[in-house]
Amino acid sequence: MSLIRMPEPDLGVVARRDVIVKDLEKLLGSGVIISDEDGRRAYETDALTAYTRMPLAVALPRSTSEVATILKYCRDNSIKVVARGAGTSLCGGALPAEDAIVVSVSKMNRVLEVDYPNRLARVESGITNLAISGAVAKEGFFYAPDPSSQLACTLAGNLAMNSGGAHCLKYGVTTNNVLGLKMVLMTGEIVEVGGGHLDSEGFDLMALIVGSEGQFGIVTEATVRILRAAEGARPMLLGFSSSEAAGRCVSAIIGSGIIPVAIEFMDKPAIQVCESFAKAGYPLDVEALLIVEVEGSDTEISRLLGQIAEIAEPFKPQTVVVSSGTDQSAKIWKGRKSAFGAIGRISDYYCMDGTIPLGRLPEVLLAISSICASRGLRVANIFHAGDGNLHPLILYDANDPKQSVAAEHAGNEILKLCVDVGGCLTGEHGVGIEKRDLMGLQFTPTDLALQMRIKSVFDPTWLLNPAKVFPLDAPRPSDVQAEAEAA
Amino acid sequence: MYETLKPATAWELAGMIATCRERRLPIDVSGAGSKRAIGRPMQTAVTVSTLSMRGIPLYEPSELVMSARAGTSLSQVEAELASRNQMLAFEPIDLGPATGGAAGQQTIGGVFAANLSGARRIAAGAARDHLIGIKGVNGRAEEFKSGGRVVKNVTGYDVARGLTGSWGTLAVLTEVTFKVLPWPEDTATIVFLGLTDELATELMQTAVGTPFEVSGTVHLSAGLAGRLRHDGLKSLGTSLTALRIENFTPSVTYRRDSLREHLKVAGFVKAVDLDAHDSIAFWNELRQLSVLPHGQKLLWRISTTPGKGPRIVAAVRRHMEAEALYDWSGGLIWLEVPATADAGAADIRRAVATHGGHATLIRAESAVRAAVDVFHPMAPAVEQLSRRLKSAFDPDGILNPGRMYTQF
Repeated sequence: MSLIRMPEPDLGVVARRDVIVKDLEKLLGSGVIISDEDGRRAYETDALTAYTRMPLAVALPRSTSEVATILKYCRDNSIKVVARGAGTSLCGGALPAEDAIVVSVSKMNRVLEVDYPNRLARVESGITNLAISGAVAKEGFFYAPDPSSQLACTLAGNLAMNSGGAHCLKYGVTTNNVLGLKMVLMTGEIVEVGGGHLDSEGFDLMALIVGSEGQFGIVTEATVRILRAAEGARPMLLGFSSSEAAGRCVSAIIGSGIIPVAIEFMDKPAIQVCESFAKAGYPLDVEALLIVEVEGSDTEISRLLGQIAEIAEPFKPQTVVVSSGTDQSAKIWKGRKSAFGAIGRISDYYCMDGTIPLGRLPEVLLAISSICASRGLRVANIFHAGDGNLHPLILYDANDPKQSVAAEHAGNEILKLCVDVGGCLTGEHGVGIEKRDLMGLQFTPTDLALQMRIKSVFDPTWLLNPAKVFPLDAPRPSDVQAEAEAA
Repeated sequence: MYETLKPATAWELAGMIATCRERRLPIDVSGAGSKRAIGRPMQTAVTVSTLSMRGIPLYEPSELVMSARAGTSLSQVEAELASRNQMLAFEPIDLGPATGGAAGQQTIGGVFAANLSGARRIAAGAARDHLIGIKGVNGRAEEFKSGGRVVKNVTGYDVARGLTGSWGTLAVLTEVTFKVLPWPEDTATIVFLGLTDELATELMQTAVGTPFEVSGTVHLSAGLAGRLRHDGLKSLGTSLTALRIENFTPSVTYRRDSLREHLKVAGFVKAVDLDAHDSIAFWNELRQLSVLPHGQKLLWRISTTPGKGPRIVAAVRRHMEAEALYDWSGGLIWLEVPATADAGAADIRRAVATHGGHATLIRAESAVRAAVDVFHPMAPAVEQLSRRLKSAFDPDGILNPGRMYTQF
């Protein structure tokens, strides 16, 4: 992988590294700043591992006030900052820079308050996604967004990317499940928006902050909605002889008035890898598999799954299997959630994240196959079918520079296709560096200029998470540029 | 107010805003004008209405998505959805009747610009949660878009959602794209009788904490209950606390019975059941705030942590008479208070400050709305960001200037 350019580091800042580290250690005491090379190397990339950059230094603050101290120092000294949670970004959202300090909130991972009557939890942002649900599971509650990396990824990263997951068909994505935020601006100022109430006062700043990819400030605390889990949940497997039949079945289910909690899609290459990994009982002889999950009491679940089987009938499913119980359900989901890892064991892959209108699914899947085949690459498709969020995994050999470039070109072509059919570049992973230079496909220069102005509202000096989201060659509006330079 | 301009396209609208910007003419941004009596009174030179931008360019029932031009009436949107057995799940409320206007006038653009959500917000999310894309024109006279027609979309900042609740002060929406959901096959409501505000809140919180997916929780004092149109309920002479279940018919029956059993164990027994017909009528009444009709009294909207609702109301009642309609399990309070020069703002905002949340003055004479902060005063750091955001969209302050805040 080599297509994505990063700006030249500011050598003046790099040259001052020792002074900067010393200053920060003086401000924060020991145990917060990592400056040795081995220590920093652990932070040189995120889950888009093809790109690496050695950070100037790494800070692991333990409190909001320490975050404020770091940001204020960086702002006063014009040092760039890359915010980081667990480093699981698939789009290079947490890729460091040689002239930037990585600020990771991973040590700030406490649950501060759980309030069941009001259905909320207040947590530090470095907590992992799954740990929130873990903290409230004993009372039968859960935190709804469930990205596949939920064991490792932090809420901070989820907030930055507005992460989704398999179950957001029913429960929504991160932005729909957050009530309040505490965020440190680059000036060191601490801003609180929202709280325990259900709607914002004045402008919906929270809507802008969630999904701002670490470019507005560093969120240190959040109040999230926790929900009472359904009495039970059970998936069923529907296997089809073509992706088209599976796609039409998804539309039919949703059009019927049933909203399952999840509808996941896998094609044959993905099924085979996941089955050999998870032994979930996936059928190996079908071209496309749907995992459809519904919730409720046992009787309700049986009735709904029966209805779904009836709806699927005209599309001639080759397999109709209802999970036999909690064990099999767990395996079915394990296979799906570990799909990326399982495929990673057999090949390097490049994971895409475009979204398309559901009605265009069959033609888009055909086009993806031919885009990859024309470059001599294989592709496995695994995705959230209910909402059209595709994850084609382009398989390639990372040690073969030609294949690497071919994979990136194929990926770009797939994303362009997603936009062309009325969808978007990224459904839940974020723009980061990966889709940065493709933003012009989806947005006009005016759209981008407006977003740049919004960035400047929060970070007028443009020090936070630089060289992400916006194309490097996209001109900044003159007022934005003037303010950034004046600082 | 000299004239009302009704651009038919975003391009035409951009031209009008450009002219106004050049001449520094402040614009009253409106749809059907159904919320004109809400917000601070403005001094504007021109009214721009979205009413000529109408129609539904996209509706895909099997993808649960619709796009409508901003000036399309909400009733047209809902009729179109109903023809395919779908709905706006956030159940937008209609502030028309409560603020001296007629019911059913508002535009779909206005619903999102004001982020109006009804009782189902606790289960299905707010208006802002359903908005997935917009087109609009900002105060720089630039046409722009954000989001799109797919639900899962994190491409660029979430500008669309960021515009909800901005009351036309940042941009004029020209088209909105939003999620829709199927109508539930059946619905039932359990109405508990004679509970105090505190017990009612406990009941509502307990109910939403069960796995039975309660999709509406409201509490009306006996005084407000007596104003209902619903014959059976208005004559009971007690406070009413209503819980709604919506689902497929067998599930509604099962969940209503299970919920009742669960609440009986918690000590809540005395209740009546509403069938689907009565249930729908009851919740539709509340969508129009029928129990808080336009009149001499003032109306506040308070948003707080649900459990804090009764405490805020009790604190206010130490200073003035107040009738309270609790929605969102106690987290949303419509508070009717006597007309006074400051609308009770000092006492109400002090109570809110103690318990958290915010209060908006919805109904008062324009002189009162000019003198009192209509929208809740902001913390300094938030105010600074809001001011900068206004300036990013509308640097010359020509769109609804002063409608939300004196300063911008």
